[in-house]
Amino acid sequence: MSLEDAGIDQIIERIFRQDAGRVLANLISTLHDFDLAEDVLQEAFIMALQHWPKEGTPANPAAWLTTTARRKAIDRLRRAKVLAQKAAQLELLNELIQGGEEQEEEEVETIPDERLKLIFTCCHPALPLEGRVALTLHTLGGLKTSEIASAFLISETTMAQRLVRAKRKIKEAGIPYYVPPAHLLAERVQGVLLVIYLIFNEGYSSHSGESLMRPELCAEAIRLCRAVIQLSRLEPALAGNAEAIGLLALMLLNDARRAARTGPNGVLVLLEEQDRDLWDKKQIEEGLNLLEVALRMHLPGPYQIQAAISALHAQAERPEDTDWLQIAALYGELLKLNPSPIIELNRAVAIAMADGPLRGLALLRQLENNELLQDYYLFHATRADLLRRIGRFEEAALSYQKALELTQNSAEQIFLKGRLAQINY
Amino acid sequence: MKYIVLIYNQESFWSNLSPEQQGQMYAEYGSFTEEASKTGIILNGEPLQPVMTATTVRVREGKAVVTDGPFAETKEQLGGYYLLNCNNLDEAIEFAAKIPDARAGSIEIRPIMEIAQPS
Repeated sequence: MSLEDAGIDQIIERIFRQDAGRVLANLISTLHDFDLAEDVLQEAFIMALQHWPKEGTPANPAAWLTTTARRKAIDRLRRAKVLAQKAAQLELLNELIQGGEEQEEEEVETIPDERLKLIFTCCHPALPLEGRVALTLHTLGGLKTSEIASAFLISETTMAQRLVRAKRKIKEAGIPYYVPPAHLLAERVQGVLLVIYLIFNEGYSSHSGESLMRPELCAEAIRLCRAVIQLSRLEPALAGNAEAIGLLALMLLNDARRAARTGPNGVLVLLEEQDRDLWDKKQIEEGLNLLEVALRMHLPGPYQIQAAISALHAQAERPEDTDWLQIAALYGELLKLNPSPIIELNRAVAIAMADGPLRGLALLRQLENNELLQDYYLFHATRADLLRRIGRFEEAALSYQKALELTQNSAEQIFLKGRLAQINY
Repeated sequence: MKYIVLIYNQESFWSNLSPEQQGQMYAEYGSFTEEASKTGIILNGEPLQPVMTATTVRVREGKAVVTDGPFAETKEQLGGYYLLNCNNLDEAIEFAAKIPDARAGSIEIRPIMEIAQPS
């Protein structure tokens, strides 16, 4: 099939998807207004759909879109000028027109990449976490409101409102559009990585609904993390961001197991029972290489430790080759940095795998009064699994039942019901 | 941009301090305010009398109803404010984080609504 057969509309759509984040970041930087920038970019896109099929795609589509959108912004501001003499808008209009004159009719050849500013703004701690996630996917990922809404299983109206509120707060609370100054940078980078990781996890293990995974969210998180690492290279204060590289390694290694994680009918397949031939070897190799790069920086952190755990799984040719002792030790390290009952649970699992189910059950007993774990389906599923392994089926069945009550995800429910059937309950 | 920074803390926090500790807090506020004033960020700022001195007024059916006490009973009480002029929210956050009461209470930052002047 030739390119023409693929349809010019699809080509434009692809270009748009690829460049939207960058063009938008640049427009917000000059227009200081998220809504105006989004609107004029949309108009520029419609212009592209009209012109490119006749005139061919321009050599530098991003620059074409930026220039066109900027002209649209000038038109809009001129119209607004007639309606109301707003001082700030007039000033902006003058800036834009002067900028345009310098560039004459020629299109800007290279547009500065302002996406790093955009991501720091979208991930600002003064925004609600769900707003940060939505806005990052929308502006940097170029995902439509309807796409984000369906990924998070909420209505489009609710998602639209979430985006409007976040943008309004940026504007009215004066959340800056910049790469934060050096003394704020470390904390803010953590905030950006957290948002990326949340997007990945939402895609990797969905809390509810039909499908266990939404791979497009995983892919988007990986793409965002690559962009952050690439852009960070240009900022001296951000060079040597080992945790960002660690996070990318972690996501690549986990995502590499995607094809093996679900069986027929979308049923969950546990790590131990996965067909390891289905793992994406190339992606694992990239993850392992990145992890090594990160570790060599000697700036350890939670993402690198988690990536190291994932790497040990990825390197085991058969489940019985897994270095569980090393994994248990890494969870111990993680606990020191990040005390959490969920990590305690994971550590208990690793110890159970290394030293036997009885040892694991003893550790779970120490955790059973934790309120968070009492409502966590994996805590009960883990206990059920350890009991099953030593043949205490009756107790195992009770724990499987409890786990079943606590998950809304249908793939996980099917898995748990399958286990119950296996032990004849 | 202009921001108001509202300082909330339990009044008991202050009343439970020994005279020396209170003196130390006042001194901290003094040096903090003086230091911050050099940068021109503070437009105004005052401490408030305790909430027991508060009076709340509501006009209902044309009549002013006056009640004793604050608008809402809260765990932490509004104890003072600063009015700031800064470039962005991050500057206001940085300022707020240095307010001595931030260590025990909470600081709320609110942007001031800009009312367009009729031309």
